[in-house]
Amino acid sequence: MTDVARRYPVWTLIVLLLAAGLLWLILTPWTPGIEQVLGRKRVFVNALFGGLTLGALYFLVASGFTLIFGLMRNVNLAHGSLYLLGGYLGYGVSNAAGEWLVAVPVVFLLVGLLGLLLQHQVFRRMEGEELRQTMVTIGLSVVLADMMLWIWGGQSYTLQTPDWLSGPATLPIVVGVDRNGAPVYMRFPQVRIAILVTAVVIGLGMWLVLNRTRLGMLVRAGVDDREMLTASGIRIQYVFLAVFGFGAGLAGVAGVVGGTFQSLAPGEDTRFLLASLVVVIVGGMGSITGAALGALIIGLVEQIGLVYAPTYSVVFTFLIMALVLAFRPQGLIGNRR
Amino acid sequence: MALTDKSRDQRAGTPSGSASWPDLVMSIPAGWWATGCILLIMPALASDFWLFQVFGWSFCLGIIALSLMFLAGYGGMVSLIQMTVAALAGYMVAILGTSGVQQISLGLPWWLYLPLAILIAAAFATAVGALAVRTEGIYTIMITLAIASAFFYFTRQNYEIFNGYSGFNLVVPPRVLGIDWRQPTAFYYLALVFAALCFLAVVYVARSPFGLALQGIRDNPRRMAAMGFNVVAHRIAAYGFAGVIAAIGGILLVWQNTQVAAFTAGIGAVIDILIIAVIGGLRRPIGPFVGAFIYVLLGTFSPDVLSAFGLSNERFKLLIGLGFLAMVFFSPDGALGLWDRWREARRRPVDPLTGQARPGSVP
Repeated sequence: MTDVARRYPVWTLIVLLLAAGLLWLILTPWTPGIEQVLGRKRVFVNALFGGLTLGALYFLVASGFTLIFGLMRNVNLAHGSLYLLGGYLGYGVSNAAGEWLVAVPVVFLLVGLLGLLLQHQVFRRMEGEELRQTMVTIGLSVVLADMMLWIWGGQSYTLQTPDWLSGPATLPIVVGVDRNGAPVYMRFPQVRIAILVTAVVIGLGMWLVLNRTRLGMLVRAGVDDREMLTASGIRIQYVFLAVFGFGAGLAGVAGVVGGTFQSLAPGEDTRFLLASLVVVIVGGMGSITGAALGALIIGLVEQIGLVYAPTYSVVFTFLIMALVLAFRPQGLIGNRR
Repeated sequence: MALTDKSRDQRAGTPSGSASWPDLVMSIPAGWWATGCILLIMPALASDFWLFQVFGWSFCLGIIALSLMFLAGYGGMVSLIQMTVAALAGYMVAILGTSGVQQISLGLPWWLYLPLAILIAAAFATAVGALAVRTEGIYTIMITLAIASAFFYFTRQNYEIFNGYSGFNLVVPPRVLGIDWRQPTAFYYLALVFAALCFLAVVYVARSPFGLALQGIRDNPRRMAAMGFNVVAHRIAAYGFAGVIAAIGGILLVWQNTQVAAFTAGIGAVIDILIIAVIGGLRRPIGPFVGAFIYVLLGTFSPDVLSAFGLSNERFKLLIGLGFLAMVFFSPDGALGLWDRWREARRRPVDPLTGQARPGSVP
């Protein structure tokens, strides 16, 4: 962190100022002048928190994608299909078990197993042929999408929110003053707060595993120089299996989460594939921190864009991607290889 | 530098330009002449349904896939933007020309809106290319796919220019020379002529100095850069050229469907073009047409075949996806590669195991 601050003092200052300004906007009661520019405070803060939650979901999907890409140079274009498959499976499991929480580990295992199978049976046979691997993932996404349409049909599903998470929570943020002069506190769905917390916990967990354990060391070494790692006697196939299984499982869990606070339908797979692509391109390919930053930016831009310019929120996302590509092709946090 | 010399080099550099006519005729294999003749007299043999739905559609998709084949086969850049460029050209024809949506269409004459549509689509392709060539290999797929999806979501939501979800209907070809070009026979010849023109253009450009430099860049960009070729400019120019071809295919496709909407360039359609090009083979310009023909045959007749096997007749995508997977697994150079290997195996006079002449082999 201090390294970054020392290397880019101007950018750090700008980011800090922006963060402080945002915090000030959230914490202070708004004057009529601000309300004239930005609309009601409740709307703004809600969009902000909605963006945070959406960013958390994007992070869950994109972190597996970027990990697989960073280590294996495999652009897994079937990642969105794994997301949707996880959601559908989670719907079935949570209905059968009658408990939402059961769905998460079961889906993680099932989709992770599918990922292991794919890596072991398919991608291992064409190692080093990146283009061919990518084509295979495209074919897989077409086949999976049609099989899911076959099994689950075209209607949309929503997972039942567990009882202990349904309903709104009151946050200690004043969004306005009611007629009697008493402050009105912001209310936000508990389930979204839970998603945010889950994403942060998973992100921290991944960071700890990557930076503090032997497996993490192997993964980081593999991202930097795969050939050298293989040459030093590591059975890299096992590392590949672990990473692919974990990334796929994470996509499945994200499907459960996404199916709870949004809905599952054909077409969601490409939506989340696109989101992962944009997040990873913006953040920097192969970097978990980059995925977190990219997911945060894209989630916020999408939600705030939806509130203030509904027609063009997709364009904002795309503009950010084009800008990053034009000025920093390796992503905001990413090494030029 | 080499790029600016392109036109002069092209005139001087083609071997066939100086050859006499009989040589030129003889240099083309007999199979090509036969195929050409059969295609020319096809309207006498086939029904209107085959002419319009099967061959017409195959030519349109084939032209778009041809532009991808040019980029991937000669430039080494697998771009998923070609269908989007094609759809943009179709949109431009609908917006600048006439369509069922009176309040948006401008109703310009055809000699003005056709060049404009191709020009705008090619400019868009060049701009995308300028972004995409900043990255290499698999990154190109990711970035072009992201841009293609952004275009799809944008056209689906924008009602002022692109008329959103429903798009434009009643987009028909103009009456030129007093012919209704949407009649099956007329459309067949229209699509055939443009397919042949695009095919010949790609063959010509691939053998021109520009095309040779592009293939050099595909094989070793660093060495070509060291030899003084502007790698980035060549790649962007390739995107521009492929954009023109995709635009022609897109306009024909829109005329065939009489409509263009957001789903014309949906993610599925974008990936279908890649599937067509890969199934046919990315090595030679004829591959995309073979792939498109296979794709259209599957798309038209798979319901009958599937229901014969007792499956639901909606599983066309599953069939196409499995076929694509099998192709990527067993024959990375597509159906043409399979054909080549089969001929090679038949031609081999001795059995590699025993050293004996193989029975029934063609010497």
